[in-house]
Amino acid sequence: MKPCNQGDGRRSFFIKSASIAALYLTPSILVKTFAAESIVPLPIPKEKLSITINGKLLNLEIDARTTILNLLREDLSFTGTKKGCEMGQCGACTIHINGKRTKSCMQLALSNQNNKITTIEGLSEDNQLHPMQAAFLKHDAFQCGYCTSGQIMSAVACVREGNAKTRTSIQTYMDTNICRCGAYQNIVDAIEEVAKSGAKI
Amino acid sequence: MKSNFNKAIFWEDERVDGVDKVTGKARYAAEHSMPNMAYAVFVTSNIAKGTIKKLDASKALSMNGVLDVIYYENCPTVPGYSTNAADRPKNVAEWRGHKVLYDNKVRFFGQPIALVVADSLENANAAIRFVKAEYEIESFETNFDKARLVAANLKPPVNYKRGVEQKFKEAPTFVEAEYTIPIEVHNPMEMHATIAYWEAEDKVLLYDKTQGPKSTQGVVARTFGLPEKNVRVIAENVGGAFGSGLRSWANVPAACIAAKKVNRPVKLVLTRPQMFTLVGYRPQSWQKVGIGADAAGNFIGITHEAISNTSRYEDFREGIVDVSKFLYACENVDTKYSMLPLDLSTPVWMRGPGEATGCFALESAIDELAHKLKMDPIQLRLKNFTLVNPENKLPFSDINLKDCYNYGMDKIGWKNRSAIPGSIKENGWQIGYGMAVGVFGAGKGSASVRAVLSSDGKLLLECAVSDMGPGTTTSMSKIAAETMQMPIQKIKFKLGDSDLPPGPSQGGSGTTSTVGSAVDLACKTLQDKLKELAIQTAPAFSGLAMDAIEVKNEMVFIKANPTSKIDIVALLKLANKDKIDFTIASNGKTAEQLKFTSNSFSAHFVKLAVNPKDGKIKVLNVVTTGDAGKIISPKTARSQMIGGVVGGIGMALTEKLELDHVSGQIMNASFGGYHVPLHSQIPQTDAWFVNKPDVNMNSIGAKGIGEIALIGFAAAIANAVFNATGKRVRDLPITPDKLGFKSTGKA
Repeated sequence: MKPCNQGDGRRSFFIKSASIAALYLTPSILVKTFAAESIVPLPIPKEKLSITINGKLLNLEIDARTTILNLLREDLSFTGTKKGCEMGQCGACTIHINGKRTKSCMQLALSNQNNKITTIEGLSEDNQLHPMQAAFLKHDAFQCGYCTSGQIMSAVACVREGNAKTRTSIQTYMDTNICRCGAYQNIVDAIEEVAKSGAKI
Repeated sequence: MKSNFNKAIFWEDERVDGVDKVTGKARYAAEHSMPNMAYAVFVTSNIAKGTIKKLDASKALSMNGVLDVIYYENCPTVPGYSTNAADRPKNVAEWRGHKVLYDNKVRFFGQPIALVVADSLENANAAIRFVKAEYEIESFETNFDKARLVAANLKPPVNYKRGVEQKFKEAPTFVEAEYTIPIEVHNPMEMHATIAYWEAEDKVLLYDKTQGPKSTQGVVARTFGLPEKNVRVIAENVGGAFGSGLRSWANVPAACIAAKKVNRPVKLVLTRPQMFTLVGYRPQSWQKVGIGADAAGNFIGITHEAISNTSRYEDFREGIVDVSKFLYACENVDTKYSMLPLDLSTPVWMRGPGEATGCFALESAIDELAHKLKMDPIQLRLKNFTLVNPENKLPFSDINLKDCYNYGMDKIGWKNRSAIPGSIKENGWQIGYGMAVGVFGAGKGSASVRAVLSSDGKLLLECAVSDMGPGTTTSMSKIAAETMQMPIQKIKFKLGDSDLPPGPSQGGSGTTSTVGSAVDLACKTLQDKLKELAIQTAPAFSGLAMDAIEVKNEMVFIKANPTSKIDIVALLKLANKDKIDFTIASNGKTAEQLKFTSNSFSAHFVKLAVNPKDGKIKVLNVVTTGDAGKIISPKTARSQMIGGVVGGIGMALTEKLELDHVSGQIMNASFGGYHVPLHSQIPQTDAWFVNKPDVNMNSIGAKGIGEIALIGFAAAIANAVFNATGKRVRDLPITPDKLGFKSTGKA
């Protein structure tokens, strides 16, 4: 991956990506039903991506197949965003894209041209904990800490979107995020406290 | 990684590594990067058993960025894998697991058969589909329920007997029933991962997800014929494990092999489906429990039989029937335990291990007997309560289950429970109350701790244990703060690196007792060293006896004259020392401690509701109580207990691995198919501890809680379901179909 200075249009990406996606993103079980001999491995072009991550504009040249999750973790060292399943089932990779919570394993990086990304690393400002981070700490809303980034990103969205009015509504909204250590009760306590405090988050 | 966050508020009892975890700074195995690092992805078998006749990697090798495809024909020599003793490193037994990438045998569906190594994760993932294998398929067996019925399939049983066998049948009242539990999978949120880098021809560095850096170091040293000091394993943060990190799996040697072969650092991260096949699981089990009692409820006899599966290539046994031997007073106890080899990968301890399996059966059976006797199940347990372990005849170092019963009965509202099942309704739902007991051995092993008191008064403690989530750095720092009587902020406990002084794997609820005792010993030794230093260098202390001096509040005092004191920073300066630095070993139990038998106990109380229309089960309220000696860190201990409840709800109500016995393939290898509990399935839980130091156990009076948090919980649910419905479900998980409801096809 090399940085580059020019942006690139979405349109040209989508045309190029169609064939790549068909070949590389089809579940392997389906690919196996083709005769392997009929598939010719393609050279993979690098694509330009202009993206803002935690307030910083980046102009990148990336592998067209890279998910936003792998771009963050493998290429940009934003390892705060976690990989738990790569199937959109666990929520560990939750980030905010243009303010909306999104499972980053389910998105190609290139489909985020000119988008604004916030990760756990960008949640707090000036080295002060974000109120949700502080509440997670206070309520011990984690053990191993691996699902925590995703839980916090979802929790912030939960309050912002007005889904934190009752414990039940918090639980339903947060069902997208698995915690195998079982800190659920403490997570809901933390969210409830932040929501009730009325703090601007 | 050091955090530089300024916090508006400081909570006295928060985790010392908490800020790193809520800000995303804590780094887990796969999150380290190295220059020129390559990525490896396993190609796995799509047959359950057979021989690979031909493996064609040519197409994959021609693809973008692919550096190598490693399989049995081109795998470098791995000394520890050799079947010829003369070729193996000294004292290395024959490798009994599957030799990853090393031979052409397939032993289970999803076994790694090749490893694609490429310059990027995308290139590696793209290439795995083009590795083609041709197999010679052999017949196989994955069907536990079918295979266990044929005696010849079972390994020879391990038997235990005291008194008369099958004595329960002579009791005026007895119950006898079979209990079954499917395969359950640990599924920690962090997937197993290894980064391997050969720093020299015979020296390797690993970042690995492991519960035991020393254990992984030993495995790698033995496998590759290296001295232990040439293997360094780093695991500073572990994203859960629950037992899956207690041994090194295929990813560890595979990453080492690949890194050697391509001569670059290699990162290998398992996929979530591979987490179901490659890192162990709770074995499937069948149990039969018989218990008989006299009219007053005194147990006459207990018979407990169990079969659990293992793989075809390794034995895995656990303590399924052990609990029945000692938890209750009973003269006649016999147990029988066999393993059933299947064509699956090898199981491993999963939280609560065999005791959780065994307690589901035993504690369900006791509830069944209480019902038959028309006795309250708690009264029946109290009737057979014992202060002496009936198996080894040693007194329990401490046992306070009665306090747990009292607290739990009060808080769950046990008085509202009806002995007649199905007789209470709330909002149209049938209400049930249930309880069950958990027990697990409390050990104390060997560990070494290095203590470094530096000239700025800060204390660093180090041990090569790891932390998969319970908060080891926090509890160890608290133990040191209490022994030293100094602020916790001045203490740092470092773990997760095999280069540190040897410590145990984190497992079997032993870390706090084992490493905590070593920390306590190191701090007491440090206090002695400070006293000696004061006697030698500070004029006011000259000629004093050691026991006339005290160290606390970062000061050295004369006991008889507390105004005569010197602070430890000044003392170091006076002695012209820049630090005090030593390593000390703490060993297992002392002769005095061995006069007792030690266990942690738990009692779980559940109130739940069953919808009479569709059999949906809603857990309304849980009270979980622990008798585990002194609680070092109340906040993290509570989190462990409520986490055990969540795991227990999964075991009782949602978790089951589904196998297709035609192909031998797992059918639900994802979170979409294998249901772990979610936010909305979790009730309010009250976690409570007796919190009384067990002075006969170790110097710190603390026992483990990781296992007892889960052990017994599934039985508490099953007992509550019976109380709500009158239906006894002995096959986990308890789903509406087992209560007699058919699926409506709606979620």
